[in-house]
Amino acid sequence: MSAFLTIDNVSHLFGPNLTTGEKIAAKLGAKVETRSVRAVSDVTLSVRKGETLGLVGESGCGKSTLGRVVAGILQPTTGTITIDGAPVMENGTKVTTRVQTIFQDPFASLDPRMKVGDTVAEGPIAHGLTKKPEARRYVAGWFERVGLDPVWVDRYPHQFSGGQRQRIAIARALAMQPDVLICDEPVASLDVSIQAQIINLFLKLTRDLELTSIFISHDLSVVQHVSDRVAVMYLGRIAELGPVAQVFGTPAHPYTSALFDSVPKLVLDDDELVRFDTIEGEVPSPLSPPSGCNYHPRCPLASGTCSTIQPLTQPVASLRTVACHHFEAQLAGAAND
Amino acid sequence: MSNNSTPLRRFWAEFRENKISVLALVVVVLLILLALFAAVVSPQNPYDLANLSLMDSRRPPGFVGSGGYIHVLGTDPQGRDLLSAIFYGLRISIQIGLAAGFVSLTIGTALGITAAYVGGRIEALIMRLVDLQLSFPAILLALVIVALLGQGKAQLIGALVAAQYAYFARTAYGAAKAERGKDYIEAALATPLSGRLVVMRHLLPNCTPPLIVVATVQIANSISLEATLSFLGLGLPVTEPSLGMLISNGFPYMMSGRYWISVYPGVALIILIVAINIVGDQVRDQFNPRLRK
Repeated sequence: MSAFLTIDNVSHLFGPNLTTGEKIAAKLGAKVETRSVRAVSDVTLSVRKGETLGLVGESGCGKSTLGRVVAGILQPTTGTITIDGAPVMENGTKVTTRVQTIFQDPFASLDPRMKVGDTVAEGPIAHGLTKKPEARRYVAGWFERVGLDPVWVDRYPHQFSGGQRQRIAIARALAMQPDVLICDEPVASLDVSIQAQIINLFLKLTRDLELTSIFISHDLSVVQHVSDRVAVMYLGRIAELGPVAQVFGTPAHPYTSALFDSVPKLVLDDDELVRFDTIEGEVPSPLSPPSGCNYHPRCPLASGTCSTIQPLTQPVASLRTVACHHFEAQLAGAAND
Repeated sequence: MSNNSTPLRRFWAEFRENKISVLALVVVVLLILLALFAAVVSPQNPYDLANLSLMDSRRPPGFVGSGGYIHVLGTDPQGRDLLSAIFYGLRISIQIGLAAGFVSLTIGTALGITAAYVGGRIEALIMRLVDLQLSFPAILLALVIVALLGQGKAQLIGALVAAQYAYFARTAYGAAKAERGKDYIEAALATPLSGRLVVMRHLLPNCTPPLIVVATVQIANSISLEATLSFLGLGLPVTEPSLGMLISNGFPYMMSGRYWISVYPGVALIILIVAINIVGDQVRDQFNPRLRK
């Protein structure tokens, strides 16, 4: 296994972002929240060339933050991210164009006052991938690749539908000729009928251009469809990582299992009214995560060790890891079902 | 609304629908043209003392003076033809209003956007300074500065800018702060593009609508502020009267039946300011989708 994109021991903390006034108030003894939120903690994983890694988890688990750190939008508090050995960020600035991002909401991610062709051309011109006189043809080429009519380059974002805008956003990312693509919930804000088109486009382009990608979504069926491997995140940590078929078939982490069980299904067993198994309890506040394994307050398999010792990430099979003290019991249980 | 057009064209199509605003715009343009061509349309050059005769002073509208032409709006205490003086006064008022407006727009926008984009201590420093200044009335600040710098066009413009840049700074700051957090700015920075490029190409253009609104209102405000200062005798030299000074010149004669010396320049000033404000209101309504019917 050759790692292409390496995420090495990455953590990201969101500070309380105090204003000067609040700092003074805190010094004077006022109750001002000064704790940091550990959105991503000690994540280590690697993605092989050409692989699509799905990233799933509940809202607030840190999957988007991890995506932004990998994309070079946020500076990791600790740890490094490298693509083919080269760092993404140095001294707080992004130093590579090899990783590009597709954002969730194409209504927000395109500058409303700029012609879409100019938006797509801007990055490539700034980084010498094309020159101004040739930019039009360069952009037109990418428009065709993502299924847009090249005559639309002079239009403004408001003149397009949601699906078309997301195609423009994809064209913008691809026009930078990246090796790695971060897709942050790229279909979450689209109609179901459009989602399929965008997903198929994504699959075709990643195959044709041999892109390595991280596909962030809370939609498990989408992730199952597009990913080679999937990482399940819980409270900033990777609970489980492995090939899609294995993780979806026999979850090794109790959280993965619970997450899959909570998905409503269309097929009912034996005409019986099926109850969805929801996960017990609430997601703990990331301001004060639980001791030991951060899933233990909600875990059916939790024991004494779970509340004191944080489980190590250990290999289960080839390309598959899990961070759980009781993964063997979980796997045995899954096999019995 | 046609779908295949530039934002500017769509803006004009909507603007055209309100007849009063179009009328106000026509009035503004007409007054600007009159001011520009004051020398051509005026029967007299009111700043050339050789043209003035004290024999003609304080004459009522319709009087035929020593120049041999009709003083349509009468004459002022120095024997100036009031109509000519109003055209020339308009020129000075509009010049000063526009100059002060654009200089404060530039300075205020630069400060506001810098504060919003850079953040941290610089943000706190700039914006607290702006808050401090906005807590004083603009007229007080302008008065103090004119008193310190002395009289003259440049000094007056300086005083108006010092009194008004803060409005632009706060507007630009508010707009930029809101735009700064949007995805398209993040997308541009993630490419990566330089901060300078992101500010000039993305942040600034998206902050323009509220700034245009404030600019129209503030141009009208600086015209009336200048008139106020001139009325108080702190504006321009007496030899080059602006509208405010014309009003001031006629003020002592108001009660003696010679109303025209103050009233006509006043009417001109009101028409100018009201017309600019109507245009400004229309622009504001169009930029604020919540006010749309």
